[in-house]
Amino acid sequence: MNNKHLLAIVLSAYPLTLAANDVQMKQSQLLGGATTVFDKSHNAFSLPARNLGIMRRDSFFIGNAFFKQPWVSAPASTTARDGLGPLFNSNTCQGCHVKDGRGKPPTGPEDEFRSTLIRLSIPALSDADREIALKHGVVPEPMYGDQLQSSGIRGVKGEGKPSVSFTTIEGQFNDGERYTLVKPMLSFNELNYGDLHSKVMTSIRSAPAMSGLGLLEAVSEKDILQSADPSDNNNDGISGRPNRVWDIKQQKTVLGRFGWKASQPNVEQQTAAAFHGDMGLTTTLFPKPHCSPSQKICLAAENGGKPEVSSEILDTVVFYASTLGVPARRNIKDKLAQAGEQLFNIAGCSSCHLPKLKTGKVAAFPELSNQTIRPYTDLLLHDMGDGLADGRPDFLATGKEWRTSPLWGIGLVESINKHTRFLHDGRARNLMEAVLWHGGEAEQSKQAMLALNKDQRNALIAFLKSL
Amino acid sequence: MQPVKRIILSGAMAVMLGFSLSSVAQDVTAKAVMQTYTDIAHAAFSDSLATARTLKGHIDAFVKSPAEETHQAAKDAWLAARIPYGQTEVFRFGNANVDEWEGKVNAWPLDEGLIDYVAQTYEHEDGNEFASANIISGKETIDKVLLESYHEKGGSEANVATGYHAVEFLLWGQDLNQTPESAGTRSFTDYANGNTCTNDNCDRRGQYLTAVTDLLVADLQEIVADWEGGKDNYRKAFMALEENEALRRMLFGMGSLSLGELAGERINVALLAHSQEDEHSCFSDNTHIDIAENARGIQNIFNGTYKSSDGSVVNGASLAQLVAVKNGELSKALIAKLADSQAKAGAVIKAAEAGEHFDQQIIAGNAKGNARVRAVINALRLQTGDIEAVSSALGINELNPENSDSFGG
Repeated sequence: MNNKHLLAIVLSAYPLTLAANDVQMKQSQLLGGATTVFDKSHNAFSLPARNLGIMRRDSFFIGNAFFKQPWVSAPASTTARDGLGPLFNSNTCQGCHVKDGRGKPPTGPEDEFRSTLIRLSIPALSDADREIALKHGVVPEPMYGDQLQSSGIRGVKGEGKPSVSFTTIEGQFNDGERYTLVKPMLSFNELNYGDLHSKVMTSIRSAPAMSGLGLLEAVSEKDILQSADPSDNNNDGISGRPNRVWDIKQQKTVLGRFGWKASQPNVEQQTAAAFHGDMGLTTTLFPKPHCSPSQKICLAAENGGKPEVSSEILDTVVFYASTLGVPARRNIKDKLAQAGEQLFNIAGCSSCHLPKLKTGKVAAFPELSNQTIRPYTDLLLHDMGDGLADGRPDFLATGKEWRTSPLWGIGLVESINKHTRFLHDGRARNLMEAVLWHGGEAEQSKQAMLALNKDQRNALIAFLKSL
Repeated sequence: MQPVKRIILSGAMAVMLGFSLSSVAQDVTAKAVMQTYTDIAHAAFSDSLATARTLKGHIDAFVKSPAEETHQAAKDAWLAARIPYGQTEVFRFGNANVDEWEGKVNAWPLDEGLIDYVAQTYEHEDGNEFASANIISGKETIDKVLLESYHEKGGSEANVATGYHAVEFLLWGQDLNQTPESAGTRSFTDYANGNTCTNDNCDRRGQYLTAVTDLLVADLQEIVADWEGGKDNYRKAFMALEENEALRRMLFGMGSLSLGELAGERINVALLAHSQEDEHSCFSDNTHIDIAENARGIQNIFNGTYKSSDGSVVNGASLAQLVAVKNGELSKALIAKLADSQAKAGAVIKAAEAGEHFDQQIIAGNAKGNARVRAVINALRLQTGDIEAVSSALGINELNPENSDSFGG
């Protein structure tokens, strides 16, 4: 990246052409195409797609209710909303996806993990292991399974209490301004089912925001693969690999799109997996209780029906998750944000955080079909360097690879979720720290960011906050 | 402009008047329909305020002299207050002023452990750190400011500290279904003085009930002012709207309440889950009335008529008439469907009044009850289809909650 080029961008020089073009500007506001909602309040992440017809809104609101209301332990004579656990992380979806937004990580050793959890696995060393990983993505930790479920229903002990502390990393921008990053260090205060496997791999994961999931599923595989460049043939230092994951319904390996490592193929399976892992609820996709073969009490516990979440109810939650509207971009006429956008593009951030995608035709969702969307992701895996690596592979994703996170809605996290923690484990304490954690394929872009002066850095942040 | 009359009429006469008006359909203008709409809004919110003030009077008497009779009088006043309020909910979705205000007045379901003691079996949202806050057992001075500060505290919508359902919980208590017919069974002694006080903190419970009802009255005053004629307020802004935008707000409100909110979130969720935790007025077992009054609110707007708690009637140029100019069949069809929804809700009410409350009608295995409730959902779905058709007939193609023009850059 040519620093001279970057520095040449002065705030006032930008975009007479774009500013003059009102239509184009209005378009760029519509991050979610016609699903875009124009609410900036604390409900902005929670609204139905703007183009969701009035006759289609009941499924949305029914799904919303099941997203919000607590599931209870079985047997409960008064409700079909039972079957929680036996082991679980939360009894509601909303408990982690607070206001349909981003979960808040613990910020110190005493902090509870409320909307953040720990994934667990061990390396695949045998053919049998590799067979498991083919369909599961990972080999689950033999006793605890693929995530630590910190709570249990009455009579079933929660698996344990994770604790996080932070080490600091100092750095400075090229202009001499110093910054500090904090890196989480995981430990366990209490493990109720014995020691973890000696080769256990862990990864802290904060709940991602719910915006635009249906739109991301509606982007055609062909379009996604178009940006892939696994061997970096164009020599730009950026590879971009698709994850290939197991589709339970189709019983085959397909493109992965959802989750921090793109390990789920579609909204339905992602939702069912969350019901299963995070809440201990079975569905037709995951019909067995989320207990490892060694957790006898968990296996013997009463269930809330087979499956616990009926297909009818799962469908409404999937409908809900698919049709949440994307909040519109704000401050598009703000000169600072416009300059920041320019810097974002020139520094190469937009190579992975793709500003524009088109959705294809989806029979079940005309609202999501043929939309021009601005998610700022390519849905591909990128090596983000050692700093961010969790060392825990998932399907094809290596321990250093992460799916490019969509950026739509990030500017509203502060006002809606009352925090500014970003990245998979929430280590970044603000948007600039999130930028500074980029490495690996994003190293050049990060170097360009370090070369920015104070005004330019402010411009970049103003742009990110406008999303 | 169509003159709007507020006259005392019997129910039967009101119906006759409704029919007679349709003969002058040609003269109806959108402006006149907007006028009726704002008149009904003002009347229904005014009735809500008046009945809330009556409720406050009974609550003061109850807190001062806790007894079986004063307790019952307060509960009866709450039930009466829900009738006009239920008919105002049709104003929510299309009108931002109502939508933004509504959360503090009618939010549900609630994690009741935020407010007061709960049974051992109480389940709340994980991660909601205030779900067991039990404000009444605490030390903070209970006043309106405190209650407002707890509302949606920590970002959880289950933290409902204010509004009708907080009052309902404080009057009835949790519905633990000791018998199928029973609602919440809180005793008046929860408010008793001295040694006779049950479940501790009776004085603070009384303070809470008083403050939360004061707040309800104050909030209702605020919304009545929004709809008052001759003021520089929301009503004035509404009347100045371009006609199709005003009609869009009216119809979007009707359709949203009809299917998404009422048929979907309020009825179908409870039916799918077979769970009273998902019913609207779960402490008092008054959900059947909520359903009927919400549906009546929609009917009021289309038919251009509203019958007040005191029997007086507001009516004027109606949407039904305006639509009839374009498509007489469609107008009649929707009038019939709105009436059918009332009939279907009537069957749920009849069963409830015979002791089979909504929470019993939705339980698993009650095929007849489930079918009765499903019939209401189906009727609401059918009428929503016609509301959408009516919108098209009036030239409103996008029945959306908002438009980008109001958003700015």
